[in-house]
Amino acid sequence: MGKTVFAGRDIISIRDLEKEEIEHILRKAEEMEKGPAPLLRGRTLGLLFFEPSTRTRLSFEVAMKKLGGEVIGFSDARLTSVAKGESLIDTIKTVESYADMIVIRHIREGAARLAAEVSEKPIINAGDGPNQHPTQTLLDLFTIKKALGRLDIKVTLVGDLKYGRTVHSLVYALAMFDATISLVSPKGLEMPSEVLEDLKAMGAAIETSNELDISDTQALYVTRIQKERFPDPEEYEKVKGTYKITLGTLEGARKDLIILHPLPRVDEVSPEIDGTPYARYFDQVANGVPVRMAVLGLVAGVL
Amino acid sequence: MTKEIKVEKIKEGTVIDHISSGQALNVLRILGIAKDYPTTAVTVAMNVPSKKGGRKDIVKIEGRELKSDEVGKISLISPNATINIIRGGAVFRKKKVTLPERIEGVVRCSNPNCISNSEPVRTRFAVERKEPIKLRCFYCERVMVRSDITRQF
Repeated sequence: MGKTVFAGRDIISIRDLEKEEIEHILRKAEEMEKGPAPLLRGRTLGLLFFEPSTRTRLSFEVAMKKLGGEVIGFSDARLTSVAKGESLIDTIKTVESYADMIVIRHIREGAARLAAEVSEKPIINAGDGPNQHPTQTLLDLFTIKKALGRLDIKVTLVGDLKYGRTVHSLVYALAMFDATISLVSPKGLEMPSEVLEDLKAMGAAIETSNELDISDTQALYVTRIQKERFPDPEEYEKVKGTYKITLGTLEGARKDLIILHPLPRVDEVSPEIDGTPYARYFDQVANGVPVRMAVLGLVAGVL
Repeated sequence: MTKEIKVEKIKEGTVIDHISSGQALNVLRILGIAKDYPTTAVTVAMNVPSKKGGRKDIVKIEGRELKSDEVGKISLISPNATINIIRGGAVFRKKKVTLPERIEGVVRCSNPNCISNSEPVRTRFAVERKEPIKLRCFYCERVMVRSDITRQF
């Protein structure tokens, strides 16, 4: 795959990427892991975080710096002219005159797509509301591939599948790679029917349930259930307990099971799991760096 | 006694026939008739028997020939409507509405959190399926179906 495929391109939705392109990014991430080179010296990355983030923002920053580039931006829009009512369009037009590439996280769905439309410089979506978070998906895939050697495995996604953007990005990619997808969520937080329809149209093998059964799953992807999604606090407490992953939950699990979580977690994965070989969520955090290095290098046209 | 529908013939203009029953007023809204053409004579017939069976609505617009982008808009809410352009009291041209591949600016995204509802942009949708209609927002990637569309008019 030549350099031209990604050079100058926007990375907005996993749905914009072909399977071969994803494989190419993952291969480049592997190369980045081996040792960074100052490929982006003299270039500047704009980080526009209209919404809070720890890992995504920091890992993009580290990725850019490891490649020898500079970073500008903000992580609290209240300290910018956005607080004075400046539109997203004007903010993007401003930043693109300072930066060579722009990473954006925004509360509204479609914000990154709009930014890409407005900007001459490449835009990378770091989360647009509950919609998409493509670099998270890439690092999830990278983590699974690294741990299990393949992606056509059985993955169980559990938690808030309605509002969780990481799962919306991830299921499309898993379907592309012929994974068997099991979706487990409390009533009312199921995967949106339009996503299910898309997945079925892709020929994906999917099962849905309100009960968690991990007996034959190879990767368990846990997401946070947010309290504010429940009108009744009592209902939340009940649901929260049901899906909590403890050592007890893992009785009967496959030996090579891996547990993933996009983080932050509250208490859906018990800290007692952290020391076990199952726990791979901090690997995900670490993998975010080479994956984002690969994305930045490819988009910049240097990889 | 034979039942007869008393709808006056027009000399020049457009007859929109076979509108899905109950959608005539939405057709007027989507065309912006009341707002943009306040002096245009319009005749509306609703829930009249159709020769093809069932019931239909009819809209006659005197003195105005619909342009093709307007015809596209009608297809959003009434996929089986036909457009008759009338000149000199006779049908000059007759065609079925067709849904374009892309819809721009006609409807807004039904997702309140979509960026297109908060920034000054023209909405854009890909027509993913024609019957029953399924649109996908270019910005937020959410899907809209007929009920999401008709609710807006």
